[in-house]
Amino acid sequence: MPEVKVRKTLVQVETIFHEGGPAPEAPQKRAAAIAVIENPYAGAYVEDILPFMKDLEPLGAEMAKMCIDALGGDASVVEGYGKGAIVGVNGEIEHGALWHVPGGYAMRDAIAESMAIVPSTKKVGAAGTRLDVPVTHTNASYVRTHYDAVEVGVPDAPRPNEIALVLVMTTAGRIHARIGGLTKDQVKGEDGLR
Amino acid sequence: MKLRKIITLVEETRSEMGQAVTPPARRALAAAVIENPFAGTYVKDLSELIETGAELGTRLGNEALAALGCAPDDIEGYGKAALVGELGELEHAAALLHPKLGAPLRAVIGGGKALVPSSKAIGRAGEILDVPLGHKDAAYVRSHFDAMRLRLPDAPRPREIVVAVVLQQSGRPLPRVGGLRQDEIEGADGLR
Repeated sequence: MPEVKVRKTLVQVETIFHEGGPAPEAPQKRAAAIAVIENPYAGAYVEDILPFMKDLEPLGAEMAKMCIDALGGDASVVEGYGKGAIVGVNGEIEHGALWHVPGGYAMRDAIAESMAIVPSTKKVGAAGTRLDVPVTHTNASYVRTHYDAVEVGVPDAPRPNEIALVLVMTTAGRIHARIGGLTKDQVKGEDGLR
Repeated sequence: MKLRKIITLVEETRSEMGQAVTPPARRALAAAVIENPFAGTYVKDLSELIETGAELGTRLGNEALAALGCAPDDIEGYGKAALVGELGELEHAAALLHPKLGAPLRAVIGGGKALVPSSKAIGRAGEILDVPLGHKDAAYVRSHFDAMRLRLPDAPRPREIVVAVVLQQSGRPLPRVGGLRQDEIEGADGLR
């Protein structure tokens, strides 16, 4: 089994007080944890890459904790989440897809109300590539206030043989959300959708 | 001060070029996105921004320190920078950074003898800002010459300014270009 080699981590926290409109009582916080790891499959086509998904599980748990800690340490404040990966240019998009399971379940294991699928995005790119990580409500994908996205990037990563893995958590919907639709108070919590 | 958002970044480098970095190199950036009270017109007296600079020295210093989660004594270096939205003037960045931001920033980390390295620019939302870094007690410590990069996709808007402060717990991950070392600091003049 390939070992997960982490070169660096980056934790980003945004605290948004307003965006030109009335400031709500509590600001919206959006945290992202990024880990830059060596891509064990860079440079050549490898058919069986599945074992690495399992290897990534501890890192997923560590990154979920990094996000929660950055938001104050209490997982119950998390209302939205998302995940993503940027694969260095000696890798392939499929290597980024390895993050779906360990990244997603790491967050869902850490957050009690998390029936909703974790939205995700991934791309192949050079060091400094920015990724817009989509965010939706943790318990009901259709909560319209929580459709959001957080831009992340690491100036010196991913290098060609690296992958930057990303988890994002938010404490609220968009700061001035006002386009109707399902609200968090209306969530039934049965199917992860509504 | 009209504050729209605060952002913090904590970077931890655990290895580089296959070499372990022990302890990991850690640094934090804290930035504020504020309204530029003087956007779009020439104003001679910039004292409002000078006072905002003092407030931000404390606020951003504390944000960066809290993000690192370390003791003030663990901070070895610092830097500051400002990015002025397109309807502002370079002098607005100067007003925020130079007269009053440094002293309260030093107070957060229990003092610093060296000049706080700085940079400033005018730019659009999404512009990259590189915050220069140096050792807090002796500007010539070569291992601590560094920079940390910030990019906010939605700031600065034309009538905004981004102000950033960085605190570092160490120098570059694998310094080996000689020069004055941290253990050689005399600590008398802020330079050596």
